[in-house]
Amino acid sequence: MKEKIRIASGQGFWGDLIDAPYNQVMEGDIDYLVMDYLAEVTMSILQKQKNKNSEFGYARDIPALMKRILPTCKEKGIKVITNGGGVNPIGCAKAIIDVAKDLNITGLKVAVVVGDDIKERLDDLISIGEELNNMETGESIIPVKENLLSANVYLGAFPIVEALQKGADIVITGRTTDTGLTLAPMVYEFGWASDNYDLMSTGTVAGHILECGGQASGGNFLGDWQSVPDMANIGFPIAEAYPNGDVIITKHESLGGLVSFETVAEQLVYEIGDPKKYITPDCIADFTSIKLEDLGNNRVKVYGVTGEKETDTYKVSCSYADGYSASATLTYSWPQAITKAKAADQILRKRMEKLNLQFDEFNTEYLGYNSCHGPLSKELDEDDINEIVLKVSVRGSDLKSVNRFGKEIAPLILTGPPGVTGFAGGRPKPSEVVAYWPALLKKDVIKTEVKILEI
Amino acid sequence: MKVKLIDIAHGRSGDKGDAGNVGVLAYDDKGYEIIKKYLTEEKVKEHFKGICLGKVERFELPNIRALNFLLHNTLGGGGTVSLKHDAQGKTLATAMLRMELDVE
Repeated sequence: MKEKIRIASGQGFWGDLIDAPYNQVMEGDIDYLVMDYLAEVTMSILQKQKNKNSEFGYARDIPALMKRILPTCKEKGIKVITNGGGVNPIGCAKAIIDVAKDLNITGLKVAVVVGDDIKERLDDLISIGEELNNMETGESIIPVKENLLSANVYLGAFPIVEALQKGADIVITGRTTDTGLTLAPMVYEFGWASDNYDLMSTGTVAGHILECGGQASGGNFLGDWQSVPDMANIGFPIAEAYPNGDVIITKHESLGGLVSFETVAEQLVYEIGDPKKYITPDCIADFTSIKLEDLGNNRVKVYGVTGEKETDTYKVSCSYADGYSASATLTYSWPQAITKAKAADQILRKRMEKLNLQFDEFNTEYLGYNSCHGPLSKELDEDDINEIVLKVSVRGSDLKSVNRFGKEIAPLILTGPPGVTGFAGGRPKPSEVVAYWPALLKKDVIKTEVKILEI
Repeated sequence: MKVKLIDIAHGRSGDKGDAGNVGVLAYDDKGYEIIKKYLTEEKVKEHFKGICLGKVERFELPNIRALNFLLHNTLGGGGTVSLKHDAQGKTLATAMLRMELDVE
């Protein structure tokens, strides 16, 4: 058994720093590179791409990245684990095999985890009594079923463990939990038992710290943010895991950023609910048990983590089309910037009303004044304000209304208050609103499978 | 005595569906005792009047000197549906840090 393993975070979301995973591989020793590409909305975007071209549907940054890192990963034995397979993990794996071919790399095993995608199985699941009611509102899924864009269960660490046991160098999954990507190599390397819930929770906590990339190593740090060194060259976090369950969060020395008690603690409270019940497919981690010790030199020890047995359900994430929205901005200058922006909003609303346009929501915000803190924003002295951006947005099921809204913005420049600019790029076009449907599904109706592609 | 929350704590916020999550982390043990005692669900609900339209839930993480708040019905329908500029509640933490606590 290895004395320790180093698991490096390479992406916090699809669209994150392109060089971050490259730097993780090149700037120091790591054993695993884990990359989380999937947010709730991402699956629906990938599904739309796949609908247009059946070869797409995965994060297409991955083959380009592999081209840069594969030779080094092969040489150093670094394994790559990512959920960037999206709704087409097989397609993603094939693209990686093609990259390996181009690079003349052989002896490479790419494993694919399938079984998370339940879109085509939905009717069958409903017919056997899986209601998939909205877990927040209790509503039935039937009315939104025909607008469904994607439906996936969140798988945990164990299909990835299976892939690693089969000798995978690279593991591509669809909808796997962010935390499972990091827990899996610990389970595989140290032989942790799936019913050792404290260890499952330890790996899960490490995964939570890594899942947002640079947000645990000095990015978006609300403490003394100006004390974070060399943010331009930020190094993403690395979890150094030991067989006994100790984990040290750190980063490559040569890169910027900061790993401290505060930066790690901030990430621990990010997007959590009840900290005693952090539910994943692998365990229920108790975040109140987590202890941190700042060892200095960008090393923070995470220990003492406890947890309980996992639930008997998977979380299901569905996305569905739910109408249209459009948004536009106009910039008003001194003097009376706010007064003018507010007047423009009123004029626009009157015109919308006269046209009898139908919206579910019409939202107005003033960037530079209250778009972040709403009613908590301080009243401003108009003389002190150089400019204000008016942002108006609409949402509704009537496409014609949303479309017409887009045609009423530019005219405000010549038929509204003065001192206005910033309308470029043409009329705002309606975009489809993708809503999110969380549900639960009994674990025993899901069968996952690990496929191996080799070159 | 008035204590500015921003002087004794930092934070991070994000979204959980239509709820905003705001973690508040005290810089030291003394600060944690203050937020634990004075940064109550009621005070936070009052502070976020007009922003948080649902209930406020509070959870304690004493090992890391933190409180976690869930602000229900806050994000205009949640991440992908919301028309809000800050649809994911990223700046709720700084909004929280505007608070002043009356400390005895």
